[in-house]
Amino acid sequence: MAKIDNKTTSKIVVQYGAKPELLVQILQTIVMRFGWIPEDTIRQLADELNLSRADVHGVVQYYQDFRTEEPGKHIVKICQAEACQAMGSRALTDHAEKTLAMNLHDTKDDITLEPVYCLGNCACSPAVMVNGRTYGRVDAARFDELLAGMRSATP
Amino acid sequence: MTRTKMYVPRETAAVSVGADDVALAIARLAKKTGVDIELIRNGSWGASWLEPLVEVEVDGVRITYGNVSATDIQSMFEAGFVTGGKHERRLGPINEIPYLINQDRWTFWRCGLINPLSIEDFELHQGFKALTKVIADGAEAVLDAVTDSGLRGRGGAGLPTGIKWRTVADTEADQKYIACNADEGDSGTFSDRILMEGDPFGLLESMAIAGFAVGASKGYIYLRSEYPLAHSILSRAIEAARNAGWLGNNIQGSGFAFDIELHLGAGSYVCGEETAMLESLEGKKGIDRYKLPLPAHAGLFGKPTVVNNVVTLASVPNIINLGGERYAGMGVNRSKGTLAFQLAGNIKRGGLVEKSFGITLRELIEDFGGGTASGRPVKAVQVGGPLSAYLPADQLDTPMDYEAFVEIDAMIGHGGIVVFDDTANMAQLVRRSRRKLRTNHG
Ligand SMILES: Cc1cc2nc3c(=O)[nH]c(=O)nc-3n(C[C@H](O)[C@H](O)[C@H](O)COP(=O)(O)O)c2cc1C
Ligand code: SF4
Ligand code: FES
Repeated sequence: MAKIDNKTTSKIVVQYGAKPELLVQILQTIVMRFGWIPEDTIRQLADELNLSRADVHGVVQYYQDFRTEEPGKHIVKICQAEACQAMGSRALTDHAEKTLAMNLHDTKDDITLEPVYCLGNCACSPAVMVNGRTYGRVDAARFDELLAGMRSATP
Repeated sequence: MTRTKMYVPRETAAVSVGADDVALAIARLAKKTGVDIELIRNGSWGASWLEPLVEVEVDGVRITYGNVSATDIQSMFEAGFVTGGKHERRLGPINEIPYLINQDRWTFWRCGLINPLSIEDFELHQGFKALTKVIADGAEAVLDAVTDSGLRGRGGAGLPTGIKWRTVADTEADQKYIACNADEGDSGTFSDRILMEGDPFGLLESMAIAGFAVGASKGYIYLRSEYPLAHSILSRAIEAARNAGWLGNNIQGSGFAFDIELHLGAGSYVCGEETAMLESLEGKKGIDRYKLPLPAHAGLFGKPTVVNNVVTLASVPNIINLGGERYAGMGVNRSKGTLAFQLAGNIKRGGLVEKSFGITLRELIEDFGGGTASGRPVKAVQVGGPLSAYLPADQLDTPMDYEAFVEIDAMIGHGGIVVFDDTANMAQLVRRSRRKLRTNHG
């Protein structure tokens, strides 16, 4: 993921007409492009949108998508919701944690491992999202394949 | 020589199990063998258990092949796939697959059938016919048809849609809004997604109809961020509809103005609740407004707002085309019409089943779903999401009827059905549902 800079942030704000009511959309665009929202960006957004820093902070903290720490180059999410659990997502999560030697919510090396609550792929559960793409019917073997594919893909 | 039409869905479930690779393999092999094909990326028919489900059109009949993987394509071509040849993946004509033909398709009938991003294909399949009729007949006729249909909200609470629309129509204001709830946060629900990915213009048309009926010129779609493919398909559809004059200041020269903005959520379960969703649409934290007023009186930016679920809205065009009474003729008691049941979890044939109310849970799980995927006995079924209830196996004969479910302390809600077999740890499941609620409530 690219490194966030003030100029791009400003450009995104302008793209949304610098409307404070579009704060969630602006933050979402920043996270999709850069992966997270640094403190500096919060300050900048407050300035450029005429909001208080506390307001922007509040919104950033409220939504799970708005990470305030830099994630790894690859983001792997495993669905923890009920339908996926019915098809073994708990065991899949154990497998992932063991294989990657890390826990859910952690970032290690170039990978961030996160829980997600339903990808709308419940008829093909368990479901996993790797760098924004959803995969279904994921067992341990297929998970290992996905990891291998992810690592060999050009960034 | 005519080109052979082939269909490979571009829909989350299909793509999640390899549809893009299948499409690529077909295109390559067709080129290599000199077969002239038109490869259409359709939506899903909803038979997710058969994905990737590929079709080839032979003499006007669409022949299906199920659970196709990219590695099957070579042998399929060798077996005469291009002319519907015999192969272990071949399932026969699409209009002979029991899972599909035993449904009552009212809202989802275009899903799978058409190319979701082709306005021409949409119009060939009655697209914008209802909106055109509505603009000619006037708002009163729409409000009457929706009221007559008995349509109730499919997002959870099951409130009558006609009354909601009438309330907003009757409220005086300089600006009103339509807010489409596409947050679809509960496990076991994906009908909104299948509709948006398979028939995006159908949703846009439905929102414009709602706008015309109540006097709103602007609509918002609040889409959860976990649906990137739906986001891309809807964005493109909105753009195309604007370019074709079906959204904008003067729709098809009628003087009716309506436009739609697509908003993304940001991973908060509570934002599916309508007042929280409205806060989020205003760029704020999605904390629900405990204080009244109703969105119908003071909703988005304090203006009268219709909040409806995707499936609720998408049921309307056919109510206009075929009449409210026709819709009300399906279903039972005060549960009129159809619901998009979603079979998920430990089930052999998971997917979307649009069926009239009155069908029992058992018929859905056994006849359509084929029982559990593991082959073990059903232990519990979650219907209507984590805020509803886990039903034990001895309640499977309950008919799908809003009031019958209330009687057993459950909710039909959005029609999501998650099946667990006898190995499931129910105590842990209930704990986790609670934890999820807590996490999302900060
Ligand atoms: C916690 C919670 C989550 C909800 N999530 C959704 C949702 O994801 N989608 C939805 O359409 N309705 C959801 N609802 C119901 C909405 O508040 C609202 O009733 C609905 O969008 C109205 O549309 P309808 O009348 O067409 O159903 C939720 C309600 C609650 C309490
Ligand atoms: S439990 Fe959650 S969703 Fe329900 S009212 Fe409380 S805050 Fe809103
Ligand atoms: S529960 Fe995992 S995708 Fe829906």
